[in-house]
Amino acid sequence: MGPLVVNEIISPETNLFFAFIIGIAFGFVLEINGFSSSRRLAGMFYGYDTTVLKVFFTAAIVGMIGILFLSLFGMLDLSLIYINPTFLWSAIGGGVIMGAGFILGGYCPGTSFAAASIGKLDALAFIGGLFIGIFIFAEGYPLWEGFYEAKDLGYPLLNNLIGTSRGMMTFLIILVALAMFWVGEWAEKKFARADYKINQH
Amino acid sequence: MTKDNNPKMYMNPYLGGALLGLVLVFAFWVSGRGLGASGAPKSLIVAGVEAVAPAHASTATFYKEYGSAKENPWKAWLVFQMMGVVVGGFISGAFAGRLKFEVEKSPKITNKIRIIFALIGGILFGFGSQLGRGCTSGSALTGMAVLSVGGFVTMAAIFGTAFGLAYFARKLWI
Repeated sequence: MGPLVVNEIISPETNLFFAFIIGIAFGFVLEINGFSSSRRLAGMFYGYDTTVLKVFFTAAIVGMIGILFLSLFGMLDLSLIYINPTFLWSAIGGGVIMGAGFILGGYCPGTSFAAASIGKLDALAFIGGLFIGIFIFAEGYPLWEGFYEAKDLGYPLLNNLIGTSRGMMTFLIILVALAMFWVGEWAEKKFARADYKINQH
Repeated sequence: MTKDNNPKMYMNPYLGGALLGLVLVFAFWVSGRGLGASGAPKSLIVAGVEAVAPAHASTATFYKEYGSAKENPWKAWLVFQMMGVVVGGFISGAFAGRLKFEVEKSPKITNKIRIIFALIGGILFGFGSQLGRGCTSGSALTGMAVLSVGGFVTMAAIFGTAFGLAYFARKLWI
């Protein structure tokens, strides 16, 4: 049955409407978890607030399990969903540059839009930077095109790399995530700050 | 006011993460793709350059490869999704009483310093998101959910670098 648009159950126009609805849910969840706060996001890297770790990895494992079960019940054809290609050098290089941007800027692109929506002016500056950075990449593209296209591995999946099933891979990642949640809870007690309060249920 | 009925409190992070995961699964079920963010400003830049400098857009490699010859950038899925993000974030902030113009920062630095570093961070993140074929949402989170090796590599590179540089950037945050 799914993906609905690929199987022509909904039209491309309806798909764009759903993109808007999905975006509302995405932005709502980001904001209600405090991803609209740069100090909360940056807290991840000093241990005083590890919400990023908890939300990000819970979302990733729920995503993995959900996609797995929809596929098992015949509701989602995994051969029709978009898989990110892996170009190894640019994945690492891009990630390193993004990591530097994260710790200096305090946001990532999605969270900066959620933060700007509630009036964070530092998020607006970050968004301005995003446009400049993307424009620089586009204009200078011939300079880094070789690096961008290098080490094309196709569409490898982690379970194939390790040589196990999709289900077992998901199970192993859940175990790793649980261990990281435990570290996160420990860090929030160890690195708690007098000038910062974690304000959540 | 007791802890549980403070309207400005954030959601429990594990519950919030589970909801985010369900939004991601719904996106795959409807559209066959996950969440993203950096693709939306890219589409707007491509559309902007095509409108302002069509001659340049028709010769420069990047615009030829990602321009309207392949997809109308104004009708890109991620542009609609990001418009939704702004609306959804606003709704949550309005209900929680968090709508306020402010610059968020460590008490040790000035607003000006914070804005300058936010701009620099944005430039780096914008550039890196293009090189890495997606940001924390599109490459790391969505890539991991479909078990893409690239998703895990990008996630490790983003978080590893941010941890590695945290000491040098500490005055911005603590």
